[in-house]
Amino acid sequence: MSDAVEVKTLIIDEQEVSARRGQTILEVARENDIYIPTLCHMEGLSDVGACRMCLVEIKGSKKLLPACVATVFEGMEVSTNTERLKRHRHTILELLFAERNHICSVCVANGHCELQTLGQEQGLTHIRLPYRNPGLTVDASNERFTVDHNRCILCTRCVRVCAEIEGAHVWDVMGRGINSIVITDLHDDWGASSCTRCGKCVQVCPTGALFDKSRVGTDHPKNPEFLPYLNLMREAQ
Amino acid sequence: MTIEELEQIATSVRQEHEKYDYEVNVCMDLACASQGADRLREALVKEAEASGKKVLVRRTGCMGPCSSGPLVRVDPSETLYRHVHSDHAESIVSSLGGEPVAELQCDLSDHFDKQVRVVLENAGYIDPEKIDDYIGRDGYKALLTALTEMTPNGVIHRITESGLRGRGGGGYPTGLKWGTVSKAGGDMKYVVCNGDEGDPGAFMDRSVMEGDPHRVIEGMAIAAYAVGASKGFIYVRAEYPVAVSRLTTALREARRRGLLGNNICGTTFNFDMEIRLGAGAFVCGEETALIASIEGRRGTPKPRPPYPAVSGLWGKPTLINNVETYANIAPIMRNGGKWFFNMGSERSKGTKVFALTGKITNTGLVEVPMGIKLWEIIDVIGGGVPDGHKLKAVQTGGPSGGCIPAEMLDLGVSYDALMAAGSIMGSGGMIVMDDTSCMVNVARFFVEFCMTESCGKCIPCRAGTAQMYTLLSRFCDGSGTMEELELLEELCDTIKETSLCGLGMTAPNPVLSTLKYFRNEYIEHIVHKRCPAGVCNIKAPVEVLA
Repeated sequence: MSDAVEVKTLIIDEQEVSARRGQTILEVARENDIYIPTLCHMEGLSDVGACRMCLVEIKGSKKLLPACVATVFEGMEVSTNTERLKRHRHTILELLFAERNHICSVCVANGHCELQTLGQEQGLTHIRLPYRNPGLTVDASNERFTVDHNRCILCTRCVRVCAEIEGAHVWDVMGRGINSIVITDLHDDWGASSCTRCGKCVQVCPTGALFDKSRVGTDHPKNPEFLPYLNLMREAQ
Repeated sequence: MTIEELEQIATSVRQEHEKYDYEVNVCMDLACASQGADRLREALVKEAEASGKKVLVRRTGCMGPCSSGPLVRVDPSETLYRHVHSDHAESIVSSLGGEPVAELQCDLSDHFDKQVRVVLENAGYIDPEKIDDYIGRDGYKALLTALTEMTPNGVIHRITESGLRGRGGGGYPTGLKWGTVSKAGGDMKYVVCNGDEGDPGAFMDRSVMEGDPHRVIEGMAIAAYAVGASKGFIYVRAEYPVAVSRLTTALREARRRGLLGNNICGTTFNFDMEIRLGAGAFVCGEETALIASIEGRRGTPKPRPPYPAVSGLWGKPTLINNVETYANIAPIMRNGGKWFFNMGSERSKGTKVFALTGKITNTGLVEVPMGIKLWEIIDVIGGGVPDGHKLKAVQTGGPSGGCIPAEMLDLGVSYDALMAAGSIMGSGGMIVMDDTSCMVNVARFFVEFCMTESCGKCIPCRAGTAQMYTLLSRFCDGSGTMEELELLEELCDTIKETSLCGLGMTAPNPVLSTLKYFRNEYIEHIVHKRCPAGVCNIKAPVEVLA
């Protein structure tokens, strides 16, 4: 493969756009101000394609593809907001809201929550599925932060930021299926774990699952914008 | 090891066998072993020694009709005895050369006549722990011939020509997959054998690994030569300890004979492999999760592309095939691609091994040509449904498959026909259900399986299967509503279309296929609060007095 940049042209939502070879559909869409909803994606972290919110339709393919990992090809025709996609996004959000406890009025992230925003944006007015309310634990053993598993949507941003950016790999996922939870070290208390207290996981957490204790009871805005800048500065060094 | 040396071994094995007048083969597969085949074999050896007759007592892999076990076959007369126990050893040995033991003899010609044995050609004829037994039946001839007389492309061409499709369930053309891996760049490539068979009621791969392990090793070595790999992994689930021990022995023997290692058969081809154990996760049968597991990471799937053929184990091009696929390779190489291509139906070639279980007379392992009608498998080979019950449905493909109703038994078994009927070929589990099975309950069973085996990575599969299970449980206990049935159908659609890997995408199949063919049973549960099969425990509705 040569180093020469190969340029592709494609169509996203009837808009003609250009892209470099190897770029994902999501990157190209964002460059062109075409909105695709995401939840597990975070600029600055690797992509896992887990939340399925960014699924898009490709002309000529029956399969829906996650825009965060699917790369562009010449002449590709992408639709990001068809009725089919809207229906699936709606159901996936319902599944998320019913999975644990996402009662916004008593959440520290109320007003600053990506799940809440997505729900509003996708026109979610009520949940048809039975709430599961699993009654998971809250670990407040860390002197600065708390993890409330009832608010966690298992996007694994915390796992990735800890391993990829902080280089500590304190967070990981335990268990299978509906019983999966994020853990610190080998399921130790967060306060007793090898956590460096950098707080990156709290900043990238899309919901109120990870929060700063000093902000309890107040609005809890998060600032994940540091990530792309940090990556840029590191590359520059 | 050269071809001449291989033939010398084969000749000496045959000469050795000619010293005996009779061969008494004892099936030592799990089903027979659990009923005392081990003691039976010891008793037979003792009796044979005492009788002074020239008798070879041999343990073999699975003979097929497991429900008749423990099984013994006496050669050369090919007399089959069923339900044999150690007390019968004396009468069997004394009958040699005379009339067979009438009370034990069984005629399963209906069971065997419709079968065609390619993958299972050695099952019941060789001792799985003796490499010489395998070599005596043309074993490793295909590998050495390929190494010394064919180019890698020639091998791929022959596999492509045969029309072989992946036997793990998806049915991807094997030759095409091999071609892709061979064209991928890089100096390090891997071949992987997927032996993580986990479908409920399926035991085809276990029987092949236990009964004929060298066949899998030979297939993998040929594949490695074809795609240019030098290292292989056999991924076996840890719940198969006998398969692991037989494979371990087989690998040791193959190395000792110079059939694995460096400069195999005096050529420049180097290849060796290791066994990796699965830790009990069904999802690790999915190829990207399997790769993660071999690498020592949490077994969760990754979005494809990139496919393992381009970026697999440690980012290197990796060929992953199922046990049964590899088991087909040596016979194709020996007999030619056309020979294989001429078996089977239009787009599904060769044979398929099925594990026949459930409400069926002859439970066990069968190998049939593709295209065979379902009724031939069930009524003829399987001996029909026992105890005067009526056949209701056949479930194929495990938790990813679906239920085919009794009215559709004229269906020919092929990848495409099963898919069109709302099921899949899958790895080869075939569960027969009679009128005592409740289809709503069956659907719930498979959904529960998918729920507990979901890895938890993507939302539709993780939370969706759990919600499906809740809804189906409500139908089973009589508290479901018609609105919930609609919701269930909507959930099925989303899970099928949006899940990350095959496990999630196919998890709704048992529900969708039962809804398609047995919708009235759902309605009975929801509207009339009764279970037609009498399986679900629905309490009579409390009458509200006005």
